[in-house]
Amino acid sequence: MNSRATATVHGWLLLLPAMACLALFTHWPAVATLVESFYSTPKARRPARFVGLDNYEQLLADPIFWKAMSNNLWFALGTIPTSIALALLMAVWVNDKIVGRTWVRMAFFTPTILPMIAVANIWLFFFTPQYGLLEQIVGLFGGRSTNWLGSQDTALAAITVVAIWKEAGFFMIFYLAALQALPPSLGEAAAIEGASRWTYFRRIQFPLLMPTTLFVLINAVINAFRMVDHIFVMTRGGPDNATTLLLFYIYQVGFSFWDTAYAATLTCVLLALLALVAFVQYGILERRTHYR
Amino acid sequence: MSAPAPQPVVTAAHSDPYAPKGLALTLESTGAILLALLWVLPLAYAVWAAIHPAEYTTRFVLTAPLTLDNFTRAWAAAPFARYFLNTFILVTMILAFQLVLGTLAAYALARQDFWGRDIAFALILAQLMIMPDALIVENYRTLARLDLIDTIPAIALPYIASAFGIFLLRQTFKTVPKELDDAARVEGASPLQVLMKVYVPLAKPTYIAYGLVSVSYHWNNFLWPLLVTNSVESRPLTVGLQVFSSSDQGIDWAVICAATLMTSAPLLIGFLLFQRQFVQSFMRAGIK
Repeated sequence: MNSRATATVHGWLLLLPAMACLALFTHWPAVATLVESFYSTPKARRPARFVGLDNYEQLLADPIFWKAMSNNLWFALGTIPTSIALALLMAVWVNDKIVGRTWVRMAFFTPTILPMIAVANIWLFFFTPQYGLLEQIVGLFGGRSTNWLGSQDTALAAITVVAIWKEAGFFMIFYLAALQALPPSLGEAAAIEGASRWTYFRRIQFPLLMPTTLFVLINAVINAFRMVDHIFVMTRGGPDNATTLLLFYIYQVGFSFWDTAYAATLTCVLLALLALVAFVQYGILERRTHYR
Repeated sequence: MSAPAPQPVVTAAHSDPYAPKGLALTLESTGAILLALLWVLPLAYAVWAAIHPAEYTTRFVLTAPLTLDNFTRAWAAAPFARYFLNTFILVTMILAFQLVLGTLAAYALARQDFWGRDIAFALILAQLMIMPDALIVENYRTLARLDLIDTIPAIALPYIASAFGIFLLRQTFKTVPKELDDAARVEGASPLQVLMKVYVPLAKPTYIAYGLVSVSYHWNNFLWPLLVTNSVESRPLTVGLQVFSSSDQGIDWAVICAATLMTSAPLLIGFLLFQRQFVQSFMRAGIK
């Protein structure tokens, strides 16, 4: 055996344990999901049979699917820009020498390390009608009583707020790291030119933070399609599917209704969305982002 | 990278001309502190409700008597000791496998030149997009076939090969000077010895950073453990808490807040003690 062949055997032996697990729990299930979306769900008396695009036709005609998709898009639209903007603001603040900086930074980051399922319990109380905290505050100003999580109009907004609260401090960390990596000479040069603080941020700091923004954006998009823990505690998708997100719907179809073929079809939609994110990241944004 | 670290003193030549002063500093500090208060409000409320008798859950009187009763009641109402043990076993098991598998794979990808390496790397990175959360239905079926449903290994298995960990370690191993590797080989070390004696010690900060991220992620993970567990023997804390707070307990907010705090306590205490290391490790693990 020549040395090249030896190296190949060595290399693959080292990779083997990790690759075996990835194949079993990532690659194979992804392919199997795609295949299964073309079959019917096996029943006790009737095994799965090939149905072509039937599942996809069912999906196109399924009002709950469209509801989950539109909810998820609104959820993404609500969480992504807000949490990124807040993260940037937080990072700029705690990067400056403000009063109580260590404490403030800790406060922003704390939600990141708390289990979502645990803090959702607390938020549930905040949104409770009659005696919840939000209700008491609204009542103090003479506002009307609202069932935040029980109303079609406010439930999705309520779970969006919780997601923003959870994520902003996490994204802040990356902006903070990037801000501290900017050479201080840039600020000095800008000051000599007479640039205002706002101009310095807008024309120098913000453009140089673009790679970080891209990284944070990708994470935020993925999270928008993955974050469902708080829905289990706060709304269980209700009222009347007003807070059903795509992953939560997959869970319901797969594990409450046991319609595995249709769940696989829904999963394919989710995977296609994630692939689109990957494509946009590597294909377009990567090339246009300004790297230092 | 956090602020008052014992960094070399920033010289006057590098003072920040845009540092806020006077009124700007006051406004900025006020804004930041107000937002920070808003951010800790849920946690602060949980602490309030947990350490006061139930009748003060919604009445905020400073003279309210303190009590630890809610914690004892919560502890007695569900098998939290078992949940803690399960979670501890779970995160330890996941981390141990992730580190071993990740180290071997990263070493091959960083320092071995062999046929198919780029394909292997691409296949590994695919997991960054196709996260295990999306494949719950198919993964559940696999584990059912392996007859592992309702066991702790079933919660761990889909996560023990971590593309993120492999990627992170590969980047770190690539920064190890090749001369060190060569020197060790001249001394007669086998490839495995080189890995253990040269690469692993030099990558210690990466291991710590990744470890913290992994432990906090799996301590908090919920959806997958919810699906594959259905008994006290295998349930981790997050699932146990959900079962607890949505069952016959009704809405006893004081007890739920106590249970919530208990569940988050280990990570929260760890975070308060090692705040700087925590934040740094999240930064190190995130920035590539």
